[in-house]
Amino acid sequence: MGAPQTGTSTLARALRDAGRLTAGTGRFARRELRVTEAGGADDWLPGTVSTASTADVAVLVLDAETGLDAAGRRRILVCSLLGVGHLVVAVNRMDRVGHDPDRFSEVVDEVSAFVARLELGDVICVPTCGRDGGNVAEPAPETPWYGGATLLHHLRHLHIASDRNLIDPRLPVQWVIRPSADAGDDDRRYAGRIASGIWRPGDEVLALPSGATTRVATVETFDGPLEEARPPMSVALRLEDEIDLARGDVLSRPGNRPHLDGDVDALVIWLGDEPARPGGRYALKHLTASTACTVEDVRHRIDPDTLRHDPERDVLERADVGRVALRAGRPLIFDDYRRNRATGSFILIDDATNDTVAAGLLVGPSREFEPLAPAIDEAVAPAPGHDPAWRPLPPLTAGERRDGLGYRGATVWLTGLPASGKSTLAGELERRLVGQARPAYRLDGDVMRHELCGDLGFSRSDRDENVRRAAQVARWLAESGVIVLVALVSPHAEARARARAIHEEAGVPFLEVHVATPLEVCEHRDPKGLYRKARDGELHGMTGIDDPYEPPDLPDVLLAPAPVPDWTDLVLNALKNQGVLIP
Amino acid sequence: MLEAEAVHVLRETAAEVPRPVLLFSGGKDSIVLVHLALKAFRPGRLPFPLMHVDTGHNFPEVLEFRDELVARLGERLVVASVQDSIDAGRATERPGPYATRNRLQARTLLDALAEHRVGAAIGGARRDEERSRAKERFFSVRGQAGGWEPRSQRPEVWDLYNTRLGAGEHLRVFPLSNWTELDVWRYIMAEGLELPSIYYAHRRSVFRRDGMLLAQSPYIEHLPGETCFEATVRYRTVGDMTCTGAVESEAATPQAVVEELVRSTRTERGETRADDRHGESAMEDRKREGYF
Repeated sequence: MGAPQTGTSTLARALRDAGRLTAGTGRFARRELRVTEAGGADDWLPGTVSTASTADVAVLVLDAETGLDAAGRRRILVCSLLGVGHLVVAVNRMDRVGHDPDRFSEVVDEVSAFVARLELGDVICVPTCGRDGGNVAEPAPETPWYGGATLLHHLRHLHIASDRNLIDPRLPVQWVIRPSADAGDDDRRYAGRIASGIWRPGDEVLALPSGATTRVATVETFDGPLEEARPPMSVALRLEDEIDLARGDVLSRPGNRPHLDGDVDALVIWLGDEPARPGGRYALKHLTASTACTVEDVRHRIDPDTLRHDPERDVLERADVGRVALRAGRPLIFDDYRRNRATGSFILIDDATNDTVAAGLLVGPSREFEPLAPAIDEAVAPAPGHDPAWRPLPPLTAGERRDGLGYRGATVWLTGLPASGKSTLAGELERRLVGQARPAYRLDGDVMRHELCGDLGFSRSDRDENVRRAAQVARWLAESGVIVLVALVSPHAEARARARAIHEEAGVPFLEVHVATPLEVCEHRDPKGLYRKARDGELHGMTGIDDPYEPPDLPDVLLAPAPVPDWTDLVLNALKNQGVLIP
Repeated sequence: MLEAEAVHVLRETAAEVPRPVLLFSGGKDSIVLVHLALKAFRPGRLPFPLMHVDTGHNFPEVLEFRDELVARLGERLVVASVQDSIDAGRATERPGPYATRNRLQARTLLDALAEHRVGAAIGGARRDEERSRAKERFFSVRGQAGGWEPRSQRPEVWDLYNTRLGAGEHLRVFPLSNWTELDVWRYIMAEGLELPSIYYAHRRSVFRRDGMLLAQSPYIEHLPGETCFEATVRYRTVGDMTCTGAVESEAATPQAVVEELVRSTRTERGETRADDRHGESAMEDRKREGYF
């Protein structure tokens, strides 16, 4: 790709000819080189967007005289957003600048400075001359000062990492295959292209938006069943139970579900002739579903020259990149595009012209980016001039509750590595307490993740949000008089401090218990096989392996390895000391 | 990868576009397409019929192959006949030695698409490696006259396809866009697909015209000086007998064809681009302009 007058076509031709001559030779003979020109003139945008969204490597051709201009910057920005893995810059027409090494260095510096602020990894620059093929396939004798490889060599040898997500199982239902009626059975197959994750027979399946669960019976293809399927294969699943699915549904895993939200924030590359404005209505195509949507807000435009956010702009013109809030008619089943490009990308279509007007990348549910809703008392405050006949009663105090019930609740917060024994201990505590006629309830991290936090992943912010939600629920339950037993890895000290603060502001006792089972012991137990997966590289962000666990400096109770009944006694004792249980 | 992508495109077409058809010429690309459709939809029935635009000047081997295939699959076949267009006065044949019904096919095809209110015609056209890809798409919108307007071609981002249609429009869908001739042959070999016999080396009575070898047939008049001779040839594409050129070749199996293709890409060194353009690939270009 390159602007007009940079010699892009000449260079592309030289590259193709050179590529063809050496096709099928050399060590990397299996890599096939397909050179595609993205179009350079006024109509560069659709071509660049179409090509960049499926290319492994983008070659930006710059004129050595002009260097990195606005046209080049826009192209780099688009490639960065669309997820091109590698950018190679051909500083072309070196003959026009007398093969000057200083000019080449200047252009390299311009490119490096710009790219440093984008997510593009490292960028390779090659001084080329498309007209005589210099540094295209053969080193140019005119650039003895250039010690690097030729353009073709880079294209053949660049390590092309797959950006396929193999962690989060997602399969959009594209087509339901019903065998012909005369076959006599109702053996339905849900066909689709695997968006991410690895799919095997026996895997648990959560269907969205219905929420139905079942298991994979077989992974089918025309050529017979597979042991395993991964992106971007087109397959068809047979499920163990008949759950009614249709095109647009998404299959995921109960413990690993995508966001389900109709209010979303997204980055868009605007392709329409008519600009994007708040209030604009479009059709949104995402995975295999289409729905109507409205642009609620244009949050900012990204200046293609400075990459600064310009929040004053509430209109996006053709070729602009910016961030918008969208409200979809039906909830989208999606992941953050940074985590999962296949489930995080969409297009907008103008209903009047049927044109594709935007390529978009989902950032997350909008509510995560908006100021918090007004506090309760503000919300129920009477409108000015209104004379209320009724006022809400003040909330019960902790003392009033204790006096009325005869006991008080508390939260026991069990933190520790996965498989350290938190859940087992919580279960034992729950049993003992309920046996003494005290309301007690266990909030287990795994259950929380299924039921309340299914939209969260394992990034630092998601983990902290998981902790915050658990803390809030625990506080409400404890306020009502229950002894809540939270079993949650909660690896970050800061998040645990917030959990404590949430309780303290309500006057609820909070007991931080560190289940300090050593890593080797946890890893040896490994009841869910998580450590093994993490060691095998199948699972990323495993606490204790490649994600840090911050042990509490001063826990209320520190539990060294011991039989579970002994642990239980220690914790119950601590509750007595806090005045929660009668000594 | 190429297979998964083509299957995805076929399923999207069936799911989103009303009344698609698969254009079946009996040529290798359309045979690969049918096979991919089986991969996409079996054990169900194909959600679209095959459509053959019959010029009336077909290689008999190809017609035989077509009928045998359709019978074996138990799928529907719609035949649109150029002869019918001529008889109805909607197409006029040009007489003379260069008489060919190739250009007339477009009229017949458009009439058939309109008659059956087809939303998408799935074809086997490929983006040649030589061509700029930017303006070519998997899904390409055609207006009422069947014309292709570069400006109205939609950008295709990731694998999200905009299949919207306005009144009187239809889509041309090219699931093999990213395949090369070599990919097609490798696939035929790997999948063990059967092709009409004329794709493999055979003895045939041919004559030379404009650097191409054309088959002797009742449908073509000879220019002065054109004399027929026997040669061992095979066809790289299959179309109307009056304009489909053969190449001299000894390749009698898919394996041999693949080897021949790999060799030929390596020996192109001395050839100029002008030669390229007048070579066999020009046949494909013409086919694309007229038929596709």
